[in-house]
Amino acid sequence: MSTETEVAPAPAPAKEPRGSGLPNWAVQGLVSLSAIVLALLVGAILIIVGDDQVQATVKYFGAAPMDTVSAALSAVGEAYKALAVGAFGSWTAISESLTQATPLICGGLAVSLAFRTGLFNIGAQGQLIMGAILAAYVGFAWHLPPVLHLIVAIVAGLIGGALWGGVVGLLKARTGAHEVIVTIMLNYVAIYLLAWLLTTSTFRRPGRTDPISPIVDANAQYPQIGGTRLHIGFFLALLAAVFVWWLLNRSTIGFELRAVGANADASRTAGMSVGRAYVIAMVVAGALAGLAGTQQVLGTDLPLTDGVAASVGFDAITVALLGRGTPLGTVLAGLLFGALNAGGLQMQLVTQTPLTLTTVLQAVIVLFVAAPALVRSIFRFLPKERGAGAVLAKGWNG
Amino acid sequence: MSETTPDAVPAAAPKPQAIEAPADRTRRLRVGGVMLVFALIGLGLAVFTKGGKATFQLVSGDLQNNLLGIPAQFTALVLGILGVIAAGAYLLRRVPQSYSGYLAALLGICFIGAFLCWAAAGKTFPLANQFQGTLNFATPLILGALAGVMCERAGVINIAIEGQFLVGAFTAALVSSTTNSSAAALIAAAASGVVMAWLLAVFSIKYLVNQVVLGVVLVVFATGITGFLFDQFMQPQAEKLNTPEVLSAVKIPGLADIPFIGPILFNQTILVYLTYIAVAVVTFVLFQTRWGLRIRAVGEHPKAADTVGIKVKRIRYSAVLAAGVLAGLGGAFFTVGYAGSFSKEMTAGNGFIALAALIMGRWHPIGAMVAALFFGFATQLQSQLQIIQTPIPGELLLMAPYLATIIAVAGLVGRVRAPKADGEPYVTE
Amino acid sequence: MHLELSGLTKSFGSLVANDHIDLVIEPGEIHCLLGENGAGKSTLMNMLYGLLQPDSGEIVIDGAKVKITSPSDAIKHGIGMVHQHFMLVPVFTVAENIMLGRENTRAGGVLDRKKAHALVTELSDRYGFEVDPEALVEDIPVGVQQRVEIIKALVNDASVLILDEPTAVLTPAEIDELIGVMRQLKENGTSIVFITHKLKEVKAIADKITVIRRGKVVGQAEPSASEEELAELMVGRAVDLVVDKEPAAPKDAVLRVEGLTVIDERGFTAVDDVDLEVRAGEILAVAGVQGNGQTELAEALLGLTPIAAGKISLDGQDLTGRSTRHRLDAGIGYVPEDRWHDGFVDSFSVAENLVLDLFRKPPFGNGLALRTDEIEKNAQARVEEFDIRTQGIDLPVSSLSGGNQQKVVLARELSRPLRLLVASQPTRGVDVGSIEFLHGRIVEERDRGTAVLIVSTELDEIAALADRIAVMYRGKVVGVVPSDTPRDELGLMMAGASKTQAHHEAIEHPTTLGTI
Repeated sequence: MSTETEVAPAPAPAKEPRGSGLPNWAVQGLVSLSAIVLALLVGAILIIVGDDQVQATVKYFGAAPMDTVSAALSAVGEAYKALAVGAFGSWTAISESLTQATPLICGGLAVSLAFRTGLFNIGAQGQLIMGAILAAYVGFAWHLPPVLHLIVAIVAGLIGGALWGGVVGLLKARTGAHEVIVTIMLNYVAIYLLAWLLTTSTFRRPGRTDPISPIVDANAQYPQIGGTRLHIGFFLALLAAVFVWWLLNRSTIGFELRAVGANADASRTAGMSVGRAYVIAMVVAGALAGLAGTQQVLGTDLPLTDGVAASVGFDAITVALLGRGTPLGTVLAGLLFGALNAGGLQMQLVTQTPLTLTTVLQAVIVLFVAAPALVRSIFRFLPKERGAGAVLAKGWNG
Repeated sequence: MSETTPDAVPAAAPKPQAIEAPADRTRRLRVGGVMLVFALIGLGLAVFTKGGKATFQLVSGDLQNNLLGIPAQFTALVLGILGVIAAGAYLLRRVPQSYSGYLAALLGICFIGAFLCWAAAGKTFPLANQFQGTLNFATPLILGALAGVMCERAGVINIAIEGQFLVGAFTAALVSSTTNSSAAALIAAAASGVVMAWLLAVFSIKYLVNQVVLGVVLVVFATGITGFLFDQFMQPQAEKLNTPEVLSAVKIPGLADIPFIGPILFNQTILVYLTYIAVAVVTFVLFQTRWGLRIRAVGEHPKAADTVGIKVKRIRYSAVLAAGVLAGLGGAFFTVGYAGSFSKEMTAGNGFIALAALIMGRWHPIGAMVAALFFGFATQLQSQLQIIQTPIPGELLLMAPYLATIIAVAGLVGRVRAPKADGEPYVTE
Repeated sequence: MHLELSGLTKSFGSLVANDHIDLVIEPGEIHCLLGENGAGKSTLMNMLYGLLQPDSGEIVIDGAKVKITSPSDAIKHGIGMVHQHFMLVPVFTVAENIMLGRENTRAGGVLDRKKAHALVTELSDRYGFEVDPEALVEDIPVGVQQRVEIIKALVNDASVLILDEPTAVLTPAEIDELIGVMRQLKENGTSIVFITHKLKEVKAIADKITVIRRGKVVGQAEPSASEEELAELMVGRAVDLVVDKEPAAPKDAVLRVEGLTVIDERGFTAVDDVDLEVRAGEILAVAGVQGNGQTELAEALLGLTPIAAGKISLDGQDLTGRSTRHRLDAGIGYVPEDRWHDGFVDSFSVAENLVLDLFRKPPFGNGLALRTDEIEKNAQARVEEFDIRTQGIDLPVSSLSGGNQQKVVLARELSRPLRLLVASQPTRGVDVGSIEFLHGRIVEERDRGTAVLIVSTELDEIAALADRIAVMYRGKVVGVVPSDTPRDELGLMMAGASKTQAHHEAIEHPTTLGTI
């Protein structure tokens, strides 16, 4: 054995200089925080631009500039105060934030699990809808004893989502069809399927002409907590996060999913079936999104309507991106965006700021989080991360 | 040099295939399978076609003359059987490889023909409308796909076409309402597409953000911001800000008089004419100019381009920004070219269908155009069928273009060869 | 052009790749830069070509200091480079590749393809290259691709031509041709900087030799120095150039390949009706220039490429059409050609990579659950056994050097009982110390009774390891010969000659390298 030779130098690709002594997660947290601050600034600009007071005072800006400034500051202040109050200003607010977070966490898990396997799951919306459809049907058409009815309905939801996700995985495995396109198309198919089902007699509530289903049985509803909108689905979401953590980090299946996500070629060479990994990932991801669907229809909405998915489908993507593909990160991100949604509702009520502002805030936060270099160039004191970050999704050749 | 050294010959010579490569075989079976399914559906529809005549309107608006009446069931059956033969021939490899494309086209025609006979049995189907509408709906798809071709040939994945459509539609509506000038509206729409393109370029080329992620986030951002501005400004002042002038059709004298195809191709809005020009220009630029060569080099092997002195990042910026013009114009179609006023999320996933057309067209402008026409056809067909009241419910018909996309991407295309460096940010020192 | 590099230094983080390097290249001189894998030769040349910027030091051309900040600067100053991994766009034609960057255009930026075609033809004729300007680069053989690269550099009027490991893809006869071209260029006044780690080439070609070790210049040498002296300079200690190997005592055939045919995605026949046999306790080396089907052969054995015809059996068991998983379980170990791409997952830890194809079975996997403690124990054991230099088994494997990464891959495969070991280019990009270790371990495995199939383009490696040699050319096995077959004979077979033809030819027309 050659013990005298010293370690030959590592290959030429430039290595990131070792950053500060902070662990990676702390650095990422700081970057996320900075991103949120920047996003709030962008939001502030939009609020100012849209505010009536500001528009009025701008007309005579030259004469009394301070008027405009104070109008701007008060507009932003009011709006963000409403946001904060709506998010955590009272127990009701907090419960609303958690309620909003519930489907976001599950949806986020659905997207990030697929991420780790190298798949971009934009179909959370469709998978959620399918889950909601099956769960709602079991909820209002079957009549079972308490607890059992809820469980069966939840399982139905999981199955619905799993099927819708599984199709994508199967197509990708067998035909190489890129999941970005298939999932987006399936979203639309699911939307129209839902719309049509709500016109059929099976699904339409008797006596109504608008697309709405019968209310689900009391036995099939998620029990609520303390008289608020918060229901035990929230704890199910946390449980789901633990399950995903265990799956990814402590199970053989998870090892395979992560390996395929990091390097499908090496995985194939090591005897793993890449196609099987894709299918498993999408089935589980679909089930998670289906779970989110049950939380909507059995927890908050109660009857099935064509707005059941709301914006959860795309919010789930931003949650997963902010959570950087880890279950813990996804939970935290889900809580943050849930709070944002809850606050946004309050903000719309109090200052008439459109709810779409929260969508913009979410997108901007994620944009900045995805480009830490940009955040660092704005806030120069932020340290660098150690080592290179994992590249998540791949392109068409992947 | 040794005189007996063998001449330079290829390391592995292509052989006429007595043995079929396994990859070819799986593809033949898969595509053939899909074709057979369609052929059988076509035949099935033919069997259930009602008696009577299917009348096809050959000139739009003309309900008296220029009508083509054919016996519905008979024609449908003939087409159905022909389709099955074509699919079978492909599946069983009865025809040399180079003609298999024609078989697929033949099947396509048979299926659509049989379907139309079934749907239009006993009714009048506006055929000319169908083709005119195909071109109309395909316009944003072609423009979006062309934008995608430019970006991706340079190595930048552009999932944000949907977002560019939205801002283009919004801007066109806004500018047209306030200035009453269609030209200004189109220019503004193009400019807004460039702004979104700039975001895509900066974040992906400079900040090395993963391009697929970036594209989706930009779509969410565009949806959010157009939604916000709509809620905050447009909706409350709809008469002032959201009443754009829809472009009217402009007849090209001479060309528009060619029977049947004349009115379809040459009696369209200026946006459609711009699209024709765009296809020709993009094809020429990509394959016959220096800029195009550099774009393609940068998308296939950026390191090679760098080593001969080409500025990779600059070329990528230029391609993405230029593509932004096309995408913005594509967005303008939805308001100024078709529907009029803007409404939230009105582009309904067309940006992603354009992406699918790009892939189906193998990243070639002409291929993308053909694929876009295919999707436009499906969209128009679905809307026509709603009008003539076919037995299929409207909501299910609305699924047609999306299902068509899935089938196309999964069944007909399979594994494709994108530009080699597509999606990989170019990292220098 | 008189070219002087003085004090060039380049660091990547804490790693000093080039440490105050001085180099002088006279006009019309063939100057060899000798060093093992990872010594810093390519880094130095990348700085000269403008792909990297030096931290300190200067480049002086004809007495004047110059700053080279990009390849276009380098080209302007008359420096041309032919890279080890070709900088050619595969889907472009030869003419388009050569045009790139200095396109012949008509008005408005429209390409003038006729002029480009003429230019390529003219240069190709001048040097006797026989290159077809309209051929697609991905369709032409590797040796011709290299000529295209050389034309590219010449088109830009290079007075200094850098060749980075150019002979990896050439037969000995083609190397002779390249030497001829280099001599011709030298006569025209062009200087050549020739980067290599191969001792025979350096002695055959160089006018002057500069040896680089671990980023520093450790000495100059004359081509008349012995291989042992050069190796010692290169590595820093005495190197055993021959592997200590007992003669083989092969038993029954373990691997039987009959009529194997592989057709690649583009319709070319990569492996053409190949019959092979590898016996227990012997090393069969598959020799051939890169691109003649060896890669596809290895992949077909592992089930990574579907085959169009033929049969593969292991110990009598038919493996044709079975999954890769099945073959690995049946006792085949695989060290793939491109370790970054296929060998390991670069973001996974060393420990995880050491169980990449084992994690599903006990003791590492218990049904669904992963036994992380067992994985860790295994990693400690392997790291010790294979002397893998790493700062922690939980660090990503991308932090290891090439040699240590290869050790991880081999350690993993050898950590289970094998009937057949398939190793493709086992020491590509690996430092000499690790090469010695890996070769030793492979021979050890052979001595345990495992059948070993090595695929290699390095004749030195083949000479060191093989008990029998199968030469591939254009997908066919041209012949299976004993390991003491002379290099020239092997080289001619690698270019397509039959066994007997090659035997006669080699005696009558020996090549330069063959006589060293």
